[in-house]
Amino acid sequence: MICMLLAGGQGSRLGVLTDNVAKPAVSFGGKYRIIDFALSNCINSGIDTVGVLTQYRPLRLNTHIGIGVPWDLDRNYGGVSVLPPYEKSSDSDWYTGTANAIFQNIEYMEQFDPEYVLILSGDHIYKMDYEVMLDYLNVIKADVTIAVMPVPIEEASRFGIVVTDESKQVIQFQEKPPVPAGNLASMGIYIFTWKVLKDALVKLQHQSNCDFGMHVLPYLLDGGKRLFAYEFNGYWKDVGTLGSYWQANMELIDIVPEFNLYEEYWNVYTRSDVQPPNYISDKAFVERCIIGEGSEICGVLKNSVVGSHVWIEEGAVIENSIIMNNSHIGKNTRVDRAIIAEDVEIGANVEIGVGEEAPNTYNPKVYAFGLATIGEHTVIPDGVKIGKNTAIIGETKPEEYPDGILASGGSIIHHIGEQEEGEKE
Amino acid sequence: MRAVGIILAGGNNSRMRELSDKRAIAAEPIAGSYRAIDFALSNMSNSRVQRVAVLTQYNSRSLNEHMSSSKWWDFGRKQGGLFVFPAMLTANNSWWYRGSADSMFQNISFLKESHEPYVVIASGDGVYKLDYNKVLEFHIAKRADITVVCTECTRDEVNRFGVVRMNEDSRIVEFEEKPMVPKSNLISAGIYVIRRRLLIELLEKCAAEDRWDFVKDILIRYKDLKKICGYKMDTYWSNISTVESYYRTNMDFLDPEVRSYFFRQEPNIYTRVNDNPPAKYNPGCQIRNSLISAGCILNGTVENSVLSRNVFVGNNCVIKNSIVLSGVYIGENTHIENCIVESRDTIRANSYYCGEDGIKIVIEQNERYVL
Repeated sequence: MICMLLAGGQGSRLGVLTDNVAKPAVSFGGKYRIIDFALSNCINSGIDTVGVLTQYRPLRLNTHIGIGVPWDLDRNYGGVSVLPPYEKSSDSDWYTGTANAIFQNIEYMEQFDPEYVLILSGDHIYKMDYEVMLDYLNVIKADVTIAVMPVPIEEASRFGIVVTDESKQVIQFQEKPPVPAGNLASMGIYIFTWKVLKDALVKLQHQSNCDFGMHVLPYLLDGGKRLFAYEFNGYWKDVGTLGSYWQANMELIDIVPEFNLYEEYWNVYTRSDVQPPNYISDKAFVERCIIGEGSEICGVLKNSVVGSHVWIEEGAVIENSIIMNNSHIGKNTRVDRAIIAEDVEIGANVEIGVGEEAPNTYNPKVYAFGLATIGEHTVIPDGVKIGKNTAIIGETKPEEYPDGILASGGSIIHHIGEQEEGEKE
Repeated sequence: MRAVGIILAGGNNSRMRELSDKRAIAAEPIAGSYRAIDFALSNMSNSRVQRVAVLTQYNSRSLNEHMSSSKWWDFGRKQGGLFVFPAMLTANNSWWYRGSADSMFQNISFLKESHEPYVVIASGDGVYKLDYNKVLEFHIAKRADITVVCTECTRDEVNRFGVVRMNEDSRIVEFEEKPMVPKSNLISAGIYVIRRRLLIELLEKCAAEDRWDFVKDILIRYKDLKKICGYKMDTYWSNISTVESYYRTNMDFLDPEVRSYFFRQEPNIYTRVNDNPPAKYNPGCQIRNSLISAGCILNGTVENSVLSRNVFVGNNCVIKNSIVLSGVYIGENTHIENCIVESRDTIRANSYYCGEDGIKIVIEQNERYVL
């Protein structure tokens, strides 16, 4: 079995966090990136041939994956390959949909002559043994298995809903239905027999924005293929919004977290350039936190997830926040409920997360949940105050904070590139 | 770089006490996340030495495990790379390495088959950063036959080392090995640069005379015949081969200057990647002035201590002025002070260990508790 991992999406609901990196490359849980979970699942399930399909801002992702050393995917045969869209002699195209992206890499898959192809998305946090799912497919002699999990019926209309009979054979597939006929949501994890997949992709090659949920699965159902649901009851999170991203991080600091990174038999691997231990000074107080490697903590840190090589100076008080790799928090700065991306420089005596909540004026749907979100490489000058539901990215100057304040709901956006509006899925 | 590297990592020292029961000195954990040999290996790699031989002998299992892949130090190369040479039986040799010169002599083919004109010899038990290119430049500028890297020993342990005296031209005029009454505090750091052909010649001569020690039989014996120069390094250097110096070296990393020098300034020190999750600080933990490695789970008090990877500290524990090696599980209400806790151990709840005069080494051979 080979794996095709879809990692080209922006994840625009993560706002400034994905301004410059694709969603799968966003940090998670201190030292990891979101894609690490899918890649680690692959190697832990014994899959050593993985094609990673990239499109949106792939630099960080490419650097992170490299030749696959952290996941033991540097192989003579197979291993990890990064597959960006490419130019052809005629109809060159971006990846216009999930199935279209796979179709454009049909040659890649063909060279391994696989029996089965596993399709994944690099956007989710979970641990899953795909080998078990494959065994299930073999036992019931299915053409396709779709991993599903039960969701509350009131939320079902946000997902692709799989309707099955008692034997778990799929009889209907509804993509984001207004009136869902069931509560089994597709997790975006499919195992296809290669023959069936190839046939469908070739038949549907002229379908615009060809998508697995919208086109391929209905096409196979109509064609009388055997599609089965594989029910998964473990931890699975789509960290699609800032609120759910923050929530999922905070769950990791529970005493016995539901998603446990400390199990010895199912490691999560990541590239770590930084390996020294953390240093906690005698002025520091650290409680209910996880901290990556090589961070120096001299302030107070509570209920937070901190990455590697972070420096928190004396007198700083950080609560309920996420601080990613290589960021620096100045002296006596107070931070509450903030997401601070990588390589951020925050001055001294800054206050983040102050005042009453107010809806964000720039993009109220994205910047909600009472969080202050600070994008990567941001610089925040000394002594300013920043409210809730705020977004900041870029090098900011004191004059951009009238009276030294960015009130709740405000934004300061200096794009590195151009912003793309709207969700791209 | 125009030199091959040799790292002498075979040594044992009874002054390491029980710590060397489990591993060679070069494999002793340093600053929580590293092993001693990482410093020599990283220096070699950062100095762009392409071919490095590590000579191992005593208790080399965990050292070999650590070096099972050379990619972490960037030695996974088609050209050159990392070579590990343990002592071995051959048709015409049934000896262990009888000394540092003998260990190189027994692997003289490595030297003979190289093309680089120089050799950098380093030991696996030094904690330091050094660009060997600088030493080589010095060596060439001084037209020396052998260059010895020297450092001023500020601690009361000068008599553990080779003590040297240099003239104004940096030539070493006096070299005493482990003298009872040292005449200066300038000591050899155990790092040498020498022309490859000269090294081969000296090693062969020594072997013919049944002499096996590089310091005694080459440096000291030839010091008036060959031009042996001293290169003074003035940055951090420490040797770990006694329990006391091992303890002190680890504690040195609690000093912000030492930490910044090794962890925050280029070039980096590399080590094998262990894939541990982030360290976890649970409610009730109180950490002060300590180094905490990845994979630790902390519920108690830790003060002025160095914790290696995957250490679990239970509720109400107090760990003070101690080094806890990797994978140790410490049960509730345990007090550990002035100790070194041996790796992968399980310390029962309600234990009390305190090093009264000196460092106590804690080994409880309980069945390992796995989370």
